[in-house]
Amino acid sequence: MTVQTERPPSGPVDVAKTTPGRSGGGRPATGKRPGALVPYLLLLPACAATVLLLGWPLLKDVLLSFQNLNMAQLIQHVTEWNGVENYRQVLTGEDFWRVTLRSILFTAVNVVLIMVAGTLIGLLLARLGKRMRITLMMGLVLAWAMPVVAASTVYQWLFAQRFGVVNWVLDKLGWHSMADYSWTSSQMSTFFVVTLLIVWMSIPFVAINLYAATTTIPSELYEAASLDGAGVWKSFTTVTMPFLRPFLYATTFLEVIWVFKAFVQVFTINGGGPDRLTEILPVYAYIEGVGNQHYGMGAAIAVLTILILLGLTAYYLRIVLKQEEDEL
Amino acid sequence: MKRSLFGRLWPNVTAVILFVGFVFPVYWMFATALKPTGDIISEDPVWFPTDITFEHFQRATGVDHFWTYVSNSLIVTVCAVAFALVIALAGAFALARMRFKGRRGFVIGFMLAQMAPWEVMIIAMYMIVRDASMLNSLLPLTVFYMMMILPFTILTLRGFVAAVPRELEEAAMVDGCTRSQAFLKVILPLLAPGLMSTSLFGFITAWNEFPLVLVLNKEAESQTLPLWLSSFQTAFGNDWGATMAASSLFAVPILILFVFLQRRAVSGLTAGAVKG
Repeated sequence: MTVQTERPPSGPVDVAKTTPGRSGGGRPATGKRPGALVPYLLLLPACAATVLLLGWPLLKDVLLSFQNLNMAQLIQHVTEWNGVENYRQVLTGEDFWRVTLRSILFTAVNVVLIMVAGTLIGLLLARLGKRMRITLMMGLVLAWAMPVVAASTVYQWLFAQRFGVVNWVLDKLGWHSMADYSWTSSQMSTFFVVTLLIVWMSIPFVAINLYAATTTIPSELYEAASLDGAGVWKSFTTVTMPFLRPFLYATTFLEVIWVFKAFVQVFTINGGGPDRLTEILPVYAYIEGVGNQHYGMGAAIAVLTILILLGLTAYYLRIVLKQEEDEL
Repeated sequence: MKRSLFGRLWPNVTAVILFVGFVFPVYWMFATALKPTGDIISEDPVWFPTDITFEHFQRATGVDHFWTYVSNSLIVTVCAVAFALVIALAGAFALARMRFKGRRGFVIGFMLAQMAPWEVMIIAMYMIVRDASMLNSLLPLTVFYMMMILPFTILTLRGFVAAVPRELEEAAMVDGCTRSQAFLKVILPLLAPGLMSTSLFGFITAWNEFPLVLVLNKEAESQTLPLWLSSFQTAFGNDWGATMAASSLFAVPILILFVFLQRRAVSGLTAGAVKG
C-alpha cells in the first residue's frame, strides 16, 4: 500500500464539520498508521464532487438572491448587490404567499391521496392470490417505470379536448357538457390532471414496498391475536399497523419531498397556466427567474422554497438523523 | 375461517379494475402510436389497433436532429453513470469496511445530499455554467447528472459492499493479496449484481432529467430526448400519432430495464438504504 505524504485530504475543517458534538475534535491519526488516511482518500472524490457540484450551486443560489440581476446585468456581466431587496419584494408581494399556500395544499392533497390509496392497494396485494397479485404488480411496475415526460405527454393525449378518450367516456356516461371540454382551461381542471398523473405514478412505489413490508410480519403475531379473540379489524390495528408505522412515516416523508418539487409534471402539462394559476413554488421560481429574467428574484424564491421544504420535513428529518446516528 | 363468495370475489374484481387503471395510459400510448391516423381522430375511439402502421414512428424519428438527441442522451447518461459508479465505489468501500473518525458524518451528509432540491437550484446552476461559458455543451449536464445520482449510488453500494462476507477478503489477504488486490479480485466480481441495479436507477434518473437541460441547452445540437419529447406537441400541433410514437420510443428502453430488474433492484435499494 502506498504511503501518502500529502496533507490529510479531508483536513481538520472537514473532520470538525462532520463530527458534530464531539468534544476535543478529531484529527485523523496521521502519525500512527499509514493506512489511517486511506478512507479519507477513498472518500475524497465523492466529497469534492459534492462540494463543487452541490455545495457551490446552493451557495451561489444564496449569493444570487442578494443581487439585482436582470437581463441588463446578465448581458453586461455586472454584479449589483442589493441587500435584502429581493426578499423584501418577494415577501411583501401577494403572489409569493398565494403560491406558497397553493404548493402546500397541492402537496397535502397529493400525499394524502398517494398514501391512502397506496396503502390500500398494498394491503390488497397481500390479500390476493398469487396469480392475481403478480398481474396487479406488473401493472403497477409499468406505471412506476414510465418516464415522467412520456407519462405527462400521454396524459395530455388522454385528456385532449378533441378525440381525447376521457372526454369521450364522460360524454358516453351522460355528462354531455364534457364532450369538448378543455382540461387546461381552468385552474382546478389542470390541477386535477396533474394530481391524477402524480398519484398514478407514485402509488406503485408505496403499494409495492408496503406489500413487501407486510410479508415480513411474523404470522405468529396474527395467530396470537386471534387466540386472544381479536377480529379482523382488531388484529389489523394491533398487529399490522404498528408493524408498518415506521415504513409509513418514511414513505410519507419521501412523498412530501417528491410532490413538493414536482416541477416536471406541472410544467409539462400546462406550463403553470392558465394565467399562472397552477404554478407551485419550483415552477414559480423558474418562471420569475428564467422566464421573466429576474434572476435575483428567482434565486430568492428558490432559497425560500428550500427553507419551506426544510420546514415541512424538519420533524421527520430529525428523527431520521437521530436514528442513523444511533445505528452507526 | 371460510370467506363468503363476496369476500373472495371483491379483492379480485378490485384488482382487475386497478390493473386496467394503471396499465391503460401505457397501453393507450402504444396503441395510438401503432394506429393509422384515421383511427386516432375518429369520433369513437378505436380500442384495439387492427391495421398496425409504423408511419408515426417514421415521422417522429424523421425530425431534424433526432439522432443527435439520441446520441446526446446516451453520451450524457452513460458517462454520468460510469463516473458516479467509480467515484461511489471508492467511497462506499470506505464507508462499509473501514473505521475512521467522521464516518457517521459522511453517511449523514450523503443522505442529505440525496434529497437535494435540484429543481429549485436551476437558476444558480445556469449562472455557474454561463459564467464558465459552457452553455449548450454536454459536459455540464454530464457532471451535474453524475452528482444527482452520486449520493444514492454511494449509499446503495455501501449496502452491497457490506453484504460481501469479510472473511472472503481476509482469506484473499492471507493468501498474499494486498487489500486493493483483494478488492479487485474478490469483492468486485461479487458486487456485479449490485453495480448493475444501482447503475440502472442512475440511468433512469439521468435519462429522464428535464429541468436542467431545458435551461442550459437552448441549441438543438446539444439537447437531449426529454426536450425533444416535450417540444413535440407544440411543433406538431395535434399530431398525436407521432407524439405517442415519440413517447413510446423514449419510454421503451426504461420500461424494459425496469420491468426485468425491478425485483432485484428494489430489494437492493432497501438493503442499501435501510441497513448498512
